[in-house]
Amino acid sequence: MEKGGNYWGCILVIQSSNKSEMLCEKCQKKPATVHLTKIVNGNKTETNLCEVCAQAENAMGFGWKPDWMLQNIFADLFNQTIAGNQALSDTGARPVHCEQCGFTETQFAKVGKLGCPKCYTVFENKLDPVLRRVHGNSVHTGKIPRRTGGTISLRKEIEALKRELQAAVDREEYERASEIRDKIRSLENKIG
Amino acid sequence: MSIKDTVNNARTKWMEGTGPDHDVVISSRIRLARNISGYPFPHFMSEEEAGEVLHAVKLAVSSKEIEKVIGALEFTELNELTAVERQILVEKHLVSPQHIENPVNRAVVITPDESVSIMVNEEDHLRIQCLLPGLQLEETWSLADKIDDLLEKTLDYSFSEKRGYLTSCPTNVGTGLRASVMMHLPCLVMTKQVGKIVNTISHLGLAVRGYYGEGTEAYGNFFQVSNQVTMGQTEEEIVKNLVTVSKQIVSQERTIREVIFKESKPYLEDRIYRAFGNMNYARMMTSEEALKNISDFRLGIELGVLKGLTYDLVNELIILTRPAFLMKKAGRNLTPEERDSLRALLIREKLSKVRIN
Ligand SMILES: [Zn+2]
Ligand SMILES: [Zn+2]
Repeated sequence: MEKGGNYWGCILVIQSSNKSEMLCEKCQKKPATVHLTKIVNGNKTETNLCEVCAQAENAMGFGWKPDWMLQNIFADLFNQTIAGNQALSDTGARPVHCEQCGFTETQFAKVGKLGCPKCYTVFENKLDPVLRRVHGNSVHTGKIPRRTGGTISLRKEIEALKRELQAAVDREEYERASEIRDKIRSLENKIG
Repeated sequence: MSIKDTVNNARTKWMEGTGPDHDVVISSRIRLARNISGYPFPHFMSEEEAGEVLHAVKLAVSSKEIEKVIGALEFTELNELTAVERQILVEKHLVSPQHIENPVNRAVVITPDESVSIMVNEEDHLRIQCLLPGLQLEETWSLADKIDDLLEKTLDYSFSEKRGYLTSCPTNVGTGLRASVMMHLPCLVMTKQVGKIVNTISHLGLAVRGYYGEGTEAYGNFFQVSNQVTMGQTEEEIVKNLVTVSKQIVSQERTIREVIFKESKPYLEDRIYRAFGNMNYARMMTSEEALKNISDFRLGIELGVLKGLTYDLVNELIILTRPAFLMKKAGRNLTPEERDSLRALLIREKLSKVRIN
């Protein structure tokens, strides 16, 4: 993961107190007994509300439907990308859509979900910056499914071995290098 | 055990009070989001396509190999269950609240010990969930990993070399992994340290949420820590990261507990005795009040104030006092007042062997 300000975290902490000297920030009438700490993208905001105003703000909505909030922020980020692009291009054209399932980017911006796996390719350019902002990264480095992953794991293994081979050659470990070369050849034969 | 036992029994695997670090950690959970290639994601699927996915998963989970390695998996369509039974699955953390919003063409697959549950056609075609008691996230991940491999032998997952496992919402894409640890942090709350911890954690791509809150606060001091980032890290890295942070929180909670136990013992004991009196004599008890007392009971075990009180029993009370479970017990719909009265009764029965030391 990249270091620095790219992490995206959305956090909400709710604390309550029995008595409070502070007045509610919203109604300015009742004592603020609910203390919300929200951290989005590293920006911290603290809100102090009374019981009634806190209910109205639906504070616990976040607690119960956490994914809902993530999704909405994702849709917001995507919206910004679309808005930026539209300013540059001509308007009036049919919005970009997936030829497989018919899902449009407008729909995505609305619900924060994609229509089908193919959508990832169709909206690729726009998704990329958004994925970077949300995950700090846009490339998968984890598990590869054994069967449906096909030759991906083999190819990755060959790539790693080739790096190892180069290192062995640099160190003039020729015996080791020849071992690695044999391994690479046998893996390449498997792919065919 | 079958699904009928599941909805009739308040006990479940994750609440066994014997897992590692059980004084602070209730449970460890791994959830994997997977989709079958060639189909739109569930929210954009036709009823017919949804039925096909259901059928494919049903076949996959009934494979002989899965039965040999994991044990028999029971496949149940949600509309075979009553509304109350579906709600109990939520209360036992076996399915999400979103999963039961619309029960048509949706299913759940559960192992006899309830440590594995698979939601079919929730936000993704498959949500494989493993839930174990205490802090044992690595074990939970290796269980989920194994089931994932077995299912993939017959199901074609949609996977891209660059983006990883493709999910309906891009917040899950990549590993499709959400790891979480549920903790009980009464002393960090008492000393108002929770906010500070949350602040630190946010910089690590993790999130903390209050659990069991219905109004405006996290009742019972239960919190859930989980990863937000699903891309650019391996599953092992995500799990390790979360374990490291959880261990730190556990040790901070323990340190503060020790101080409070030493400095404010009379105050704490008073709280626990009051909770005991409340739970033993109340005739009407709301779920918030019950959770608050349950939280104090957990501390009471540590302090050794109450005899016969175990983590097992206290965790069981969490489920036993949830609304849908009460209605199932009663066999009919209950008004809030009737629920409060039945809740109080069940708690008294459960505590009949607990004594003051
Ligand atoms: Zn107010
Ligand atoms: Zn599509």
